[in-house]
Amino acid sequence: MKGTVTVDDALCKGCALCIPVCPKGLLRVASERFNARGVHPAELDDPAELCTGCEMCAIACPEAAITVYRAVKA
Amino acid sequence: MTVLAAEPLLTPVYEYPKSLTHVPTHYCPGCTHGVAHRLIAEVIDEMGIRQDTIGVASVGCSVFSYRYFATDFAQAAHGRAPAMATGVKRANPDKIVFTYQGDGDLASIGAAEILHAAVRGENFTVFFLNNAIYGMTGGQMAPTTLAGQKTSSSPDGRDPATTGAPLRMSELLAQVDGAAYVVRRSLHDVVQIRRAKKAIRRALEVQRQGLGFSMVELLSSCPTNWGLEPTAALAFIRDEMVPVFPLGDFKLPAEPAAAAGAAAGTGARA
Repeated sequence: MKGTVTVDDALCKGCALCIPVCPKGLLRVASERFNARGVHPAELDDPAELCTGCEMCAIACPEAAITVYRAVKA
Repeated sequence: MTVLAAEPLLTPVYEYPKSLTHVPTHYCPGCTHGVAHRLIAEVIDEMGIRQDTIGVASVGCSVFSYRYFATDFAQAAHGRAPAMATGVKRANPDKIVFTYQGDGDLASIGAAEILHAAVRGENFTVFFLNNAIYGMTGGQMAPTTLAGQKTSSSPDGRDPATTGAPLRMSELLAQVDGAAYVVRRSLHDVVQIRRAKKAIRRALEVQRQGLGFSMVELLSSCPTNWGLEPTAALAFIRDEMVPVFPLGDFKLPAEPAAAAGAAAGTGARA
């Protein structure tokens, strides 16, 4: 795994601006669940661990809801 | 027990800025006010000036920005943020002072205050969010509304023959002698957001060096009042607003010594 992101459900408003900017198309709207605001939040859908932690989604996010992690050699 | 670190450690490379309070904002989903807040907070974090920064909020959607920045903040009357910031900065010349204003606030009712703050060369920074509409009050026509743009008070589209053409505040303020740094950036994609952050940093550096009035105009989206999806609203900025409000540097401070041969400021691009 090179990187990963987490989306803070408490902050996400479901605007989906993070989805088109992901170069690998790894983000999606979680249409089967709601957050406390009553919207479908964005979430990472990355079973193949393709996320590189490039930060594009975090830069596009108006709510600063996305935290980006990158792998460093232990 | 010894744990073999077979998996590489995941380290946060992007986290919630410390200069934002951890409060969900009242902005509509997809509104780029949030992006602007985040960029300013990131720059304040990077410059290490959170304890030395005083913001002045305006009236409009950004009226609650004092709740979202983890810095000292004041709230001014409609359009009067530059007047209040003048007092704040003159009383606290060692602090970094910025105003955060929308186009309905800055370009309309506050046109006199912003112009004369620039004329006096007041040493604070203005972050001017231009979304070509009055957001908070329900999407009325603003001075910056595009020709033909439909708003709740121009339902057939803005008619320049009776209501004038969009007002370009950056160009207006750049020709004022007291202005040191006046640029326009956009928030419609990742590249532009990165450029906007650099401009915000530069503006605060200009203030820290005491060079005079600085302003960063940020083209911003209003999905709710434009009646567009968030992604379509960003495309509207790119396709409709940028041609009317060209991005660029309208006034740059003269570089000390290094730019002896270069003309002082106007028209140069970074």
